[in-house]
Amino acid sequence: MSERPQVLEMRHITKRFPGMVANDDVSFDLFEGEVHALLGENGAGKSTLMNILYGLYHADEGEILIMGKPVRLGSPSASIAAGVGMVHQHFMLIPVMTVAENIVLAEEPTRSGVVFDVHEAERRVKEISDLYGLAVDPAARIEDITVGQQQRVEILKALYRDADILVLDEPTAVLTPQEAQELFEVIRGLTARGKSVIFITHKLNEVLDIADRITVLRRGKLIETLPAEGATEASLARLMVGREVLLRVEKSSSNPGTSLLQVEGLRVHDDRGIEKVRGISFEVRAGEIVGLAGIDGNGQTEMIDALAGLRAIDAGTVRIDGDDVTHDSVHGHLEGGLGHIPEDRQRRGLVLEYSIAENIALHDYRSEPASRYGWLFPRRLIERARTLIRAFDVRGGGPTTRAGGLSGGNQQKVVLAREIERDPKVLIAAQPTRGLDVGAIEFVHRRLIEERDEGRAILLVSLELEEVLSLSDRILVMYEGEIAGEFAPTASEEELGIAMTGAGRGEVAA
Amino acid sequence: MSDAGGATPTQPYGQPAAPPPEEGGEGFASRIAFAQRAGGAIAPLLTVLLAFVMGGLVVLVTTGKNPINTYRAIFDGSGLIWFFQIPWDTGSDAAFNLQQTLIYTTTLILVGLAVAFAFRCGLFNIGGLGQYLAGAILAVWVGSSFAGMSPIPHVLLVLVVGTLAGALLAGIAGFLKATVGAHEVITTIMLNWTVVYVGLFLFGLGGPLHNDTQSSTPVSNDVVEGAKLHVFWGDPLLQGLHIGFFIALGALVVYWAILNRTTLGYGVKAVGFNPEAARYGGISVARNYFLAMAISGAFAGIAGAIDILGWSFRLSTSDITLASTGSIAFTGIAVALLGRSTAVGTFLAALLFGALLTGTSTRYLDPSIFEPDLAGNLTFLIQGLVILFIGLDFVVLWLLARLRGRRVMAT
Repeated sequence: MSERPQVLEMRHITKRFPGMVANDDVSFDLFEGEVHALLGENGAGKSTLMNILYGLYHADEGEILIMGKPVRLGSPSASIAAGVGMVHQHFMLIPVMTVAENIVLAEEPTRSGVVFDVHEAERRVKEISDLYGLAVDPAARIEDITVGQQQRVEILKALYRDADILVLDEPTAVLTPQEAQELFEVIRGLTARGKSVIFITHKLNEVLDIADRITVLRRGKLIETLPAEGATEASLARLMVGREVLLRVEKSSSNPGTSLLQVEGLRVHDDRGIEKVRGISFEVRAGEIVGLAGIDGNGQTEMIDALAGLRAIDAGTVRIDGDDVTHDSVHGHLEGGLGHIPEDRQRRGLVLEYSIAENIALHDYRSEPASRYGWLFPRRLIERARTLIRAFDVRGGGPTTRAGGLSGGNQQKVVLAREIERDPKVLIAAQPTRGLDVGAIEFVHRRLIEERDEGRAILLVSLELEEVLSLSDRILVMYEGEIAGEFAPTASEEELGIAMTGAGRGEVAA
Repeated sequence: MSDAGGATPTQPYGQPAAPPPEEGGEGFASRIAFAQRAGGAIAPLLTVLLAFVMGGLVVLVTTGKNPINTYRAIFDGSGLIWFFQIPWDTGSDAAFNLQQTLIYTTTLILVGLAVAFAFRCGLFNIGGLGQYLAGAILAVWVGSSFAGMSPIPHVLLVLVVGTLAGALLAGIAGFLKATVGAHEVITTIMLNWTVVYVGLFLFGLGGPLHNDTQSSTPVSNDVVEGAKLHVFWGDPLLQGLHIGFFIALGALVVYWAILNRTTLGYGVKAVGFNPEAARYGGISVARNYFLAMAISGAFAGIAGAIDILGWSFRLSTSDITLASTGSIAFTGIAVALLGRSTAVGTFLAALLFGALLTGTSTRYLDPSIFEPDLAGNLTFLIQGLVILFIGLDFVVLWLLARLRGRRVMAT
């Protein structure tokens, strides 16, 4: 590898933000045709480093060399000109425009300098996509193609601008396992043709799968750059977190009791009036975790909302411990024994401007002891929060700290504390570890298992197959608003992946 | 599953409540929000300072006079100078001017709270004028009726009726927002005009509430003696300071207590900060929209009633026409913005604008220092600049951060 030319070198990069050092003397390099993974927890400094490379931030210290020449990257356009292409986690595409139009946007081929030449654009796109094996239809509209294809369009966009260094930010977060494999093929194709790839992720298995070298960041510091060969998930996790981490949750076999959540023939539509949940039936019993897997957008969100009373139910029934709560209000559901860890803790789970203590009181501030006759007792809220902060090991602040000032993991702990403290019979955990770092994930997982063993019925909805597989006692796969199959936790990712794309539909009755 | 998962990754998902606390703090918006809290009074003070500097430039350029002298004259005219004239002479000109400033302050506190309360629920109550007038109209009516009632119950009755009138009017807007989602800015503006025209009809020549004896002047009957608010400082005949001032101070306490010590305030603020989270928490967003608007209107309504009982005692069609074009009720918006919707801030901002209004009124300004006809406009100019600069808060804070950052690096 060392004979290959070095395409990028970032030397001793330091970037300070008020109150913290986001990158502390970090050095990073990239060889031609290499996949170099950047691994680290949230807040480790990965994004800062890449934003410096992409010209969004300016480093306080250090220098950047591209192809051996020092460069000043003051803006994204300067970085693009220097050959850096970035594929963001959230795609920057215009849905109503075609693939080709999106790719050439802002650098359109024209006829006589004025008229946009559609055919020339499509021809060039076709040329690049053939060259690198990125099959897409240049004339298709973005809104009509799959997420995986949209990602290819993003990569093509970078290639169209002659990027030699491609930065992929958490590229597999939105993909199915099969699509992720296809992406890896694409990446291998790119590196074989001399492109270099920086692969940002926090998923350990992917790193070992695709990377040649791995750089681990922790709290803004460079921990180690090591070859992927010889590394293991456990060793990488230790580097990332700085201590031994249990990657697999240890759990005893479940001992399901009575049925606490019963859903029958549930039908729900989304805001646009499209039916997203189409006649779903299942149950969750006391002391078991039922995992609901599926690709995003197959009705999971609408179903959770309906189960929590946040969305009207068109047909079917929902029972919590035998009581019909189908048409109850949110409050009715909460009273009925539902705990709900929402999938978006920042937009829904927490009032970020409120303190931890106030957030913990969100569901029951209207009743004693939090208040009486409409009069609130802030001191009682604080006392209660103090207990829970200790019990759930919330770090980064006290009861009066603003929830928005906490890290993601600690925010989630606050949500968890609030929902579990209410002693719910049924706990819906939607994406409970999304965006959390390894340490926090371990905490949440362990806690969910504990709550299962306490005899709660837990419905785990997650896009992370690994999470569903490791936590669930039974797995349901949701596809286009229906249950596409039920699996044992011993099922393989491939089996689930097939069901998630609808291919295995009808084979297994739910 | 809604966003980071990305079923519809091509559609930029709505502005999140706050960016995730990723690297480098928590993103721009929440850093600003934090700075606002941490910076406390710095940004509002800077805003005012900037507005005064700009206003001074206008004075300099348009009249060629020294703006410092102008501001000095305004300060003198506002009566605030009284505090520095020890021993305090309660009969001096400054004392009289201060009484006028505090009468304005009384009204401004209340109309400011009206806007501020709605702000805390994420609503923009721009209908302060209508709610203020509704309170005033009802106050004139009830205050000029029931001549035989004993004073204290009569005053209380008028205040309650005026408050309810404002609450009811704003409640309509709140109800429409809660049920059909009609935007409160639109509905409150429409209700403003509704009340204006109802008032013109009521007090116009031959209108139902037109004066019983003066058939040629479009004005209401006077409030009966017993219903007037007691003047505790100054001459009652020369518009001394009435006890409505203490009602306004009480309202500040009520405002603070509702927001910080009641379940009602918890719900209102939760909806204001994050309606999604409130709904998830089992809080009815619609109910809080209605309540917040009604309470907001109550503050404006009682402001109208207090002005009638405290110093104006009657309402004419020209009062109403004047109010509809540029009224003290609109200044409430500036007060709330500058006061950051806090109780203390609202008080200070109300005092500032009260002093400006008094200090620039033609009665008190020396023509050789500033053209009296232009003086009042200077108030509105500064008011407008304050609102403008509040919009520029981000810029001010950003500049502050830059300056601080540079200092850190230099050391």
